[in-house]
Amino acid sequence: MMTVISTVTDPEALTLTVVAQFAASPDQVWGVWQNPRQLERWWGPPTYPATFTRHDFRVGGESRYYMTGPEGDQPHGWWRMFVIDEPRRLEFSNGLAGEDGEPELGVEPMGANVTFESFDGGTRMTTESTFVDVAQMEKMLAMGMREGMQQAVHQIDDVLMSEYA
Amino acid sequence: MVVHQLEDREVDRVFRALADATRRDIFERVIGNGLSVSSLAHDYQMSFAAVQKHVSVLERAALVTKERHGREQIVHSNLGTLRQAAALLESFEEIWIGRATRIAEILGEKGSA
Repeated sequence: MMTVISTVTDPEALTLTVVAQFAASPDQVWGVWQNPRQLERWWGPPTYPATFTRHDFRVGGESRYYMTGPEGDQPHGWWRMFVIDEPRRLEFSNGLAGEDGEPELGVEPMGANVTFESFDGGTRMTTESTFVDVAQMEKMLAMGMREGMQQAVHQIDDVLMSEYA
Repeated sequence: MVVHQLEDREVDRVFRALADATRRDIFERVIGNGLSVSSLAHDYQMSFAAVQKHVSVLERAALVTKERHGREQIVHSNLGTLRQAAALLESFEEIWIGRATRIAEILGEKGSA
């Protein structure tokens, strides 16, 4: 079964929407966000696994985490929760933190809006990510969130398509 | 739609430029913001001159441009802002596809939830 149903990127609005379908109840899918031990198993890519040192999963609550790279580098990040409507909707911002683990000033966080709906005996999860500008996106990616070299292949397509478009 | 045909020579240059893993990496890293040749060189286990050579290959393929900034040479990707945004969003798309795949694995484990 395909997990990811659809993805929409809007370069003008700087948003990305990804819809995924899981063979589990909304409560179970909610659990992988709420439980920090489950969350850290999927938040970072295998090359940069995440460790959540704080996960205050309530409105106004904050999280602190770091990711560990292959060479021992540990970029830090944080979340701040705005909406926690179990098990329907989750809204938070996600920013970069300094070596002390505290939010870095002057770097805007990205926004995340996640909805969970019962669908076809399972759960449909929609994540919408909102960015401020390309510099912010590049900074977030430099954190080691990249999934690998796959993107380079997309970028070759982009370059060739831009030449033909 | 205006169809602009790339000359074969130009296509060859783009492919040759991106056939190398280091050059793909350099290209990917300068998409969002410019980086100096020296800061790029710092991250690879090769000489400054070798990195500079890679940058020149990307430059000849019109994938990047170099700009003098004092003593530094800043490498910028040659994609327009909208194209940069589109390329960066694709990176985040990969991230979310990876995350959704891992969530499905966790939920698929017996007795996980």
